[in-house]
Amino acid sequence: MAFLYDPVNFIAGWAHGILTGWGLVDSLATVIIYLIGITVLIVFAMVLDVMLVWVERKVVARFQDRLGPNRIGPFGLIQPFADIIKMVIKEDITPAGADRIVYNIAPVLAASSVIILWAILPIASSIYGVDLNVGILYLVAAGSLGTLAIIMAGWSSNNKYALLGAFRMVANMISYEIPMVIILLVPTILADTMSIKGITQAQSGVWFAILSPLAFLIFLISAIAELGRSPFDLNEAESEIVSGFNIEYSGMKFGWFYAGELLHAFTFGGFIAILFFGGYGGFFGLERIGFFSWLNNPFVQAVVFITKAMFGYWVIMWIKYSMPRIRIDHMLAFNWKFLTPLALVVLVNTAILSKVLVNLPIWGYALGMFFSNILIGLITIEILRAYGRKQRIAEGNLVRQVAHN
Amino acid sequence: MNSESEWIYIGLFLVIGIIVPIVPLVFARIVAPRKPNPIKQSTYECGIETVGDSWVQFKAQYYVFALVFLAFDVEAVFLFPWALSLKQLPLFVVLEGVLFISILVSGLIFAWRKGMMEWV
Amino acid sequence: MSVEQIIFVLTSLLILGSAFMVVTTRKLVQAALWLVSALFGVTILYAMLQANFLAVVQVVVYIGAIAVLFIFAVMLTRKELRDQGSQTRSNWWIAASLGVLVLAGLVSLIIGQPAFNRTAEVIPAGVDTLRNLGTALVSPDAYVLPFEVASVLLLAALVGAVFIASRKGEEK
Repeated sequence: MAFLYDPVNFIAGWAHGILTGWGLVDSLATVIIYLIGITVLIVFAMVLDVMLVWVERKVVARFQDRLGPNRIGPFGLIQPFADIIKMVIKEDITPAGADRIVYNIAPVLAASSVIILWAILPIASSIYGVDLNVGILYLVAAGSLGTLAIIMAGWSSNNKYALLGAFRMVANMISYEIPMVIILLVPTILADTMSIKGITQAQSGVWFAILSPLAFLIFLISAIAELGRSPFDLNEAESEIVSGFNIEYSGMKFGWFYAGELLHAFTFGGFIAILFFGGYGGFFGLERIGFFSWLNNPFVQAVVFITKAMFGYWVIMWIKYSMPRIRIDHMLAFNWKFLTPLALVVLVNTAILSKVLVNLPIWGYALGMFFSNILIGLITIEILRAYGRKQRIAEGNLVRQVAHN
Repeated sequence: MNSESEWIYIGLFLVIGIIVPIVPLVFARIVAPRKPNPIKQSTYECGIETVGDSWVQFKAQYYVFALVFLAFDVEAVFLFPWALSLKQLPLFVVLEGVLFISILVSGLIFAWRKGMMEWV
Repeated sequence: MSVEQIIFVLTSLLILGSAFMVVTTRKLVQAALWLVSALFGVTILYAMLQANFLAVVQVVVYIGAIAVLFIFAVMLTRKELRDQGSQTRSNWWIAASLGVLVLAGLVSLIIGQPAFNRTAEVIPAGVDTLRNLGTALVSPDAYVLPFEVASVLLLAALVGAVFIASRKGEEK
């Protein structure tokens, strides 16, 4: 029965007992248990990655009013395996003049930078890798390793278009990292901790998406840009600069860029769920009532988390398949002229209100924060509207001038 | 888990996280055909022969964006300890943070007015 | 040799080896990547000292921002991304011996310090170093003035970069 309430520690304790029974030193047994746990987590992430290929293709098909893969296996479920086998057996062509070592490290680094995120992702209150007390910055750090992988890929391909695509993509990713890091301060202030589990536990009363919807929206936008997905994917635009930084990659190396991007998107869906929607918990205090105590069960929490992460992933896919691509100068202007100042305003607002409203009961606190966000949103829309009107008038005057002459 | 064993876990995770992508690549190297010839290995340029060296025209914009990013990245990192100290200390601490942020926002506005935020 | 010492020795070899490669490698972009490897070694050292925040910030700022800046600078200002030729001059042995002398002087100075043989203090349980750092950064009787001055320093860097870039734009 103890297994049902704390599976990871139960199995770890049992395995530890067996290993020390065989005469192994305590620390070595611990290391072996860590290795087993790590392998389980990574295998889980990889299996999820494979299923995500299927999910992606089915969803994009439905958005485009067609069926998607349905020939191979029931509902096309074997399709991703066929894809993987195809990628493995394709010839791996290394372009002439490519810097071999860097060329080979790039896809490995791109995939690893996503896999290491699973070390801090809590799937349930007792199923997670580590609870690092600087978990949020760890997320940003893994993102910067991904940025490095893209530069390496673009440069080592010895190809103008790859380098150009890589530069644009990196300029895009680093620009959108700023609003993301600034918005990550908002859950930190609201939960008073930087650890991912702490933030999840702090949402047991009310979701942070309700306390600060603007923060959620800004994080969603910068996460999509950071992932390099549409509508921010000018850099891999298949129709424009021919796939950007991964032109010269074929076979499984390309496969890792592609699979890495999908897993990254899902992981970010998971982080959105954790940071703003309560992760594996967030039942508004319902789990404290005796009748609902089964909500504290780690397996139930795992299901809740995966569901929320899938929903986050679905929103990211929805935005990808509904919106046209944005031009690079619009992307960067949007970030530096709109998103960053807005993120700073939201941060300052949250910081001030967290001190001013601290003595109110929970519903007063929540309402105060929520309405301050709505107020900021309305003021922003008014400013944008005035700016748009000014621009339209200026353009109208210009057209009239040209027409008169 | 104390801090030390946490980092050992993360270190092991990193090692295995690097090995896992390498395994299919090694497998592919064994299984996939390898028939390199000069035409296949030539650089791709929309189907025609390559023209000129592969270098990118220097655009000051890339560097300026990277520098502005660096300044704001360091600022954001400074703000994390500030954010953690808000609960215990009085409102005055929030204003110190606002001062910090506003100094850097003035830098952003300066860059904006100088036209550095245009991607020409 | 305890495990900690072995890891420390390996990490130090990584850092020193990467630093050596940065200086002697022929391709500039590879030098930048060796720098990334050296910075990562420093991250491992911070992690060993249980300075979690510094370890993660090292990756975020040094590898994610400064190394990227270096790589941009190298890639954008070099027409020829190829071999730069041998990086050593013919009389490198003079510089090497000078370097060794300086190193010997520094090492003897440091070993002479009474604090050199102290072991690192164990952080008492329940002390949240990160929160203490935060409180110290904003308390009027601690480090609030350097905190605000740091933002002015960043502003100066920003203004300088914008100024230089706008001059370059005008020259074109």
